[in-house]
Amino acid sequence: MTNQPLLEVRDLQTVFELDEGIVKAVDGVSFDVYSGKVLGIVGESGCGKSVTIKSVLRLIEKPGRIANGAIRFRSKILGNSSAEMIDLVHLPAKSAQLRALRGNEIALIPQEPMAAFSPVHTIGNQLMEVIHLHQQVSDDEAKKIAVTRLKEVGVPNPESAMDRYSWELSGGLRQRAMIGMALTCNPLLLIADEPTTAIDVTTQAQVLSLLRKLQQEHQTSIIFITHDLGVIAQLADDVVVMYLGKVMESGPVDQIFHNPQHPYTRALLRSIPTVHTKNRSRLPTISGSIPHPFQKRTGCPFVARCQEALPQQRCSNQAPVLKAINEHQSVSCFLHEEEVNVC
Amino acid sequence: MSAELAQSKLTANTPMPPERLLEVKELKKYFPIRKGFFKSVVGQVRSVDGVTFHLNQGETLGLVGESGCGKTTTSRCLLHAINPTSGEIRYRQADGQLVDVTQLATDQLRPLRREMQMIFQDPFASLNPRMNLLDLVGEPLLVNGVANRKERSDRVADLLRLVGLRPEYMRRFPHAFSGGQRQRIVIARALALNPRLVVADEPVSALDVSVQAQVLNLLLDLQEQLKLTYLFVAHDLSVVRHISDRVAVMYVGRIVEMSPTDELFLAPKHPYTAALLSAVPVADPRIRSKMQPLEGDVPSPSDPPSGCHFHPRCAFATDLCRQQAPDLEEVQPNHFVACHRQAELALTGVSEPI
Ligand SMILES: Nc1ncnc2c1ncn2[C@@H]1O[C@H](COP(=O)(O)OP(=O)(O)OP(=O)(O)O)[C@@H](O)[C@H]1O
Ligand SMILES: Nc1ncnc2c1ncn2[C@@H]1O[C@H](COP(=O)(O)OP(=O)(O)OP(=O)(O)O)[C@@H](O)[C@H]1O
Ligand code: SF4
Ligand code: SF4
Ligand SMILES: [Mg+2]
Ligand SMILES: [Mg+2]
Repeated sequence: MTNQPLLEVRDLQTVFELDEGIVKAVDGVSFDVYSGKVLGIVGESGCGKSVTIKSVLRLIEKPGRIANGAIRFRSKILGNSSAEMIDLVHLPAKSAQLRALRGNEIALIPQEPMAAFSPVHTIGNQLMEVIHLHQQVSDDEAKKIAVTRLKEVGVPNPESAMDRYSWELSGGLRQRAMIGMALTCNPLLLIADEPTTAIDVTTQAQVLSLLRKLQQEHQTSIIFITHDLGVIAQLADDVVVMYLGKVMESGPVDQIFHNPQHPYTRALLRSIPTVHTKNRSRLPTISGSIPHPFQKRTGCPFVARCQEALPQQRCSNQAPVLKAINEHQSVSCFLHEEEVNVC
Repeated sequence: MSAELAQSKLTANTPMPPERLLEVKELKKYFPIRKGFFKSVVGQVRSVDGVTFHLNQGETLGLVGESGCGKTTTSRCLLHAINPTSGEIRYRQADGQLVDVTQLATDQLRPLRREMQMIFQDPFASLNPRMNLLDLVGEPLLVNGVANRKERSDRVADLLRLVGLRPEYMRRFPHAFSGGQRQRIVIARALALNPRLVVADEPVSALDVSVQAQVLNLLLDLQEQLKLTYLFVAHDLSVVRHISDRVAVMYVGRIVEMSPTDELFLAPKHPYTAALLSAVPVADPRIRSKMQPLEGDVPSPSDPPSGCHFHPRCAFATDLCRQQAPDLEEVQPNHFVACHRQAELALTGVSEPI
């Protein structure tokens, strides 16, 4: 729709101060989310995907804290004009403003599906509670909205589903109800943290086509987190590739898959088995494993596993920074700095 | 009933083709549903409902299907971790003798348990956190009479090297290892007693993509080196295509299609297989599928639909499908399908390897 971002994250740093040391879970992350677009965040377990979006929602609790950065959001209810962006980092924790945003303009589908619903209240009551929290409507109206949402996300017999408990529903239905709940207030930004990881491909396909439909019909912006590159390829407009708390590469989905510029992105793409690979062929692997989060690092986070690392310890003495290499694509790697001869 | 019994007696004595390691016939596992004060049985969960397949020596059979279709229950019956309700599991022992695993008494099972090993899904849950690698990998050796400590630690060192871990790590505890390394430990443990058959239940599902590739390659290497036979249970079709020689697709307790891997992926003959394949998200943004997802949910095995279990979700269902369950038939050499309409349907699979 517009060319202005709905959300701008700049240099975000979120740390956990533990007895054993400091975990820099998110270490200087920047990205934009545009209106009506899907941003996919990929990366292996522990790279900081969930902490990033929990930071955006200001859900980080002690011993964690946002140590640095800006999270600018174009809020309709908090901003004075549509041009103004509010920096969520500056809103006091537990403030009325944050409560007004969460679940209303920014909604979350969390990583653990069971955690989204309380087991002791019916689906209907929980949906209506969210509606009452953000809208001045009667019980009857709230109920009507809730039923409409459930119908929209393809829950059969939405009226009777209102009276059910989350644990009574099948995995696929629970997932749908959860999306319905996230959508109750027509959010501007929907954040989905691995919403399809624990479910079957057939249910996953249902959920993905549902999200795609919602995004097209309501122009909702979506941040979609996953480690499944197939899901990213099918759903995302733009992609952020993370490793050890940092953005390695970001850009349009087609560029990321067909013209990846970072050694980690390239290695990741090579190592996935697909339904097209010939059977019993050996997969190219990324040697080694992800370093421990406490480990002190000076250089590039990927250096220990990188096949393209530069000579003379260049990559281990200094850390590269995320730089735009063209209008849309950014890369954090010394291979893309002028003084280095790339061939 | 007696005719059936007679037949099963007959097959128990009929020879098994020499390339076969294992033959499963009409395997059933029903779990009783109990209700009320007296815990009377009010129904049955038909988790595995007449499954027939075989494993050739040295091959990998992939077993796929949606959650709850009976993959784990089938695997557990093979290893006699649970007692099947009925059916036959014929196994060719290392000494060449054929046995029906379902008929063996507990003490007769012990030598068999060395030959058949299981690898479980969760590398975090399946290792005792208070045991170091030497004890973890060495435990099966100790249980099976390798009492000499030196001999045991030598063997553990060999096993660790085999799965690509340093023997120096022997005194470390599982928490010091990453997910992929832990799964290597689990594999080393499973290989301790020189098994011939390894049943792997979702061995890479909990692992990250980069680590998944390492473990899959390791499993392929070990198979070649040690002439292992694998039953590889998974719900990830990409992984299954990658590792399997043949694939069996299960739906609500039954096998609906079984064939060589490439044939199944390129030219599926069962509507459910085709639906599963079309649901896999292709890792290429230039091939955005229409994504016409399969509607509805997997039925409960306690109350499966009549006839063909797939009929409520099948676009091709007819009255016959609603009334009568199709048999699993060999429609081409080595390609088995259970569908009344397989001959007339032209289904599409995935595109050729790129
Ligand atoms: N509450 C916490 N206390 C301490 N460390 C934490 C906490 N939450 C997250 N971390 C650490 O922060 C890092 C990033 O975690 P995060 O949950 O964001 O990973 P992720 O990318 O979402 O991984 P996954 O794919 O497994 O969900 C990890 O090293 C994790 O151990
Ligand atoms: N001990 C048990 N008692 C009752 N029902 C059981 C028992 N074990 C399994 N079942 C049921 O049998 C069916 C098949 O279960 P099984 O674990 O074999 O499925 P699966 O294909 O391995 O699924 P998943 O992909 O989720 O691991 C399920 O409906 C399950 O609820
Ligand atoms: S900076 Fe060096 S180590 Fe890091 S990804 Fe680039 S080439 Fe590899
Ligand atoms: S038997 Fe009928 S319902 Fe079953 S898969 Fe074939 S066409 Fe569909
Ligand atoms: Mg996470
Ligand atoms: Mg299972």
